[in-house]
Amino acid sequence: MTSPSSPSASLSSPLSSTSSDARAAAGRAVRTGRALTILGLLAVAAAYARAILFTGVEAVQGPAQKIMYVHVPSAWCAFMAFILVGICSALYLWLGDRRLDTFSEASVEVGVVLTGLVLITGPIWGKPIWGTWWQWEPRLTSTLFLFFLFVGYLTLRRAMFDPAERARYCAVVGILGAMLVPFIHLSVYMFRTIHPRPVVLNPEGPTMPGSFVATLLFSLGAFSLLYLGLVTMRYGLGRLRELREARHAPAA
Amino acid sequence: MRSSLPGTLTAAFIIAGKDLRSELRRRTALVSAIVFAALILAIFNFARDPTSLRADQLAPSAFWITCAFAAVTALSRAFAVELEHGALDGLLLAPVPREALFLGKFLGNLVFVLVVEGITLPLFVLFFNVSLNGALPGIMLVAVLATIGFVAVGTVFSALTARVRFNELMLPVLLLPFMLPPLAGAAQVTAALLNGRPLLESAGWLRLLLVYDITFVTLSLLVFPALFDE
Repeated sequence: MTSPSSPSASLSSPLSSTSSDARAAAGRAVRTGRALTILGLLAVAAAYARAILFTGVEAVQGPAQKIMYVHVPSAWCAFMAFILVGICSALYLWLGDRRLDTFSEASVEVGVVLTGLVLITGPIWGKPIWGTWWQWEPRLTSTLFLFFLFVGYLTLRRAMFDPAERARYCAVVGILGAMLVPFIHLSVYMFRTIHPRPVVLNPEGPTMPGSFVATLLFSLGAFSLLYLGLVTMRYGLGRLRELREARHAPAA
Repeated sequence: MRSSLPGTLTAAFIIAGKDLRSELRRRTALVSAIVFAALILAIFNFARDPTSLRADQLAPSAFWITCAFAAVTALSRAFAVELEHGALDGLLLAPVPREALFLGKFLGNLVFVLVVEGITLPLFVLFFNVSLNGALPGIMLVAVLATIGFVAVGTVFSALTARVRFNELMLPVLLLPFMLPPLAGAAQVTAALLNGRPLLESAGWLRLLLVYDITFVTLSLLVFPALFDE
C-alpha cells in the first residue's frame, strides 16, 4: 500500500497515541494532500498542454486520439484505486486498524470520480472512432461494473451508522468486489469471442510513436499524483472526522 | 470457537435442514418465488417485438434473468427472517463456528434457488415453446454451476444487508454485478445447448463458472465470520 500518509501515521501507534497527536497527523495528511492535489492539477494541465501542443496528431484518428491522454491514465488510476481498496479491506479484516478503512473510503470516493471520468471520455472517444457511443468491450465493461461496485460500496457506507460494523461490512464488499473484476473481464472477453464482431480499431494501437508514449506516461504520472493528493486529503479529512466523533462520544 | 471439520459440516446441515423445513412448512416464500418467476417469464414474452424477435431467440436470456430476480428475492429474506423474534442472536450464541452458519445458510439458499429454477424450467419450456431434446442434463449442470457462485456471494450480502436500511434495494445493488459472469455463462451455454450443440463446445464457459464457484465459495466462507465480530 502506498499511501503517503501511512508512514508518518503508523509511527504513532493507534491506541496509545494521544488524540492530539492523531489530530496533528491527520491535519498533516490534509495539508500534504492539498499540496499534492495542487501539484497534480498543475501536472494534469501540463499534460494537456503537452498532448495538445507538443505531441503529433495521430494519422488515422486525428485529434480525437488526444482523449487517450485523459482516458487511459484515469482508467489506470481507477483500477489502482480499486486494487488498493481490495488490499486495504483484506488488511483491515486481519489487523483491524481503523485507518485502513478510512483509506479505503477515500480511495473509493476518488475511484468513483475517476471511473466516472473514464465512462464519460470513453463514449466521446468511441463515437468518432468506433462509430458507436458504447461498445461492450471487456475493458469498458469492467470499468462500468467497477463504477457500479464503487457506488454500491458508498451507498452501503451511507446507510450504516456504527463505525466498526460499517468498516467490517465495507471491507467484505471491498474484498469480494476486487475479486470480481477479473471475472467480469474474462466473461466479457469470452462473450465477444463467441459472438465475433467486425474488428474495431484498437485505441491503443500496437505501434505508437515514442512521443505519444512519452505524453501518455507523463499524463499517467500527473493523474497518479492527482489521485495520491485527493486520496491523502480525503484520508486526512476522514481521520479528523473520526477523531472528532470519538471525542464527542462518551468515553469508552 | 474451534471445531472439527465433521462437526462444522454437521452443524451446517442442521442449519440448512432447519431453514428448508421452515420453508416447507410455511411455503409462502417458495410459492411466492415461483409465482414471481412465472410472472416475469410471462411478462418477458410481451416485452419484445414479436415481428422481429421470435420467443425462442429470447428464451435463454429470459430464463436466466428470471432466475436471477427470483434468487435475489429469495436471498433477501434468508437473513431477514432470522431477525424476527431475535432468532439470529440464538444462532450466533449456538456453539457452532461462524463457518458452519455460513455453510448452512448457503446450502439452504442453494437448494431453495435450485428448486425455484427447477420449477421454472418446465414453465419456460411451455411459455417459450423450446424443445429440450437431450439438452436437459447439460442445462441442469450449468444451472448448478452458475447458481453456486452467486448464491455464495448472495448469502454473505444477505447477512450484510439484513440489518441495513433500504435492505431490499441494497441487496440487488450489491449482488447484481456479481451475477454478470454466472448469468453470461449460463445464458450462453443454455443457448448453445438449445441449438443442439454439444456441451463440450462450451467447456470454456464451464471452466470459468467452476473457477468462479471455487473462488467465491472460498472467499465468502473466509469473510463471512467478519460480519459477526463482536
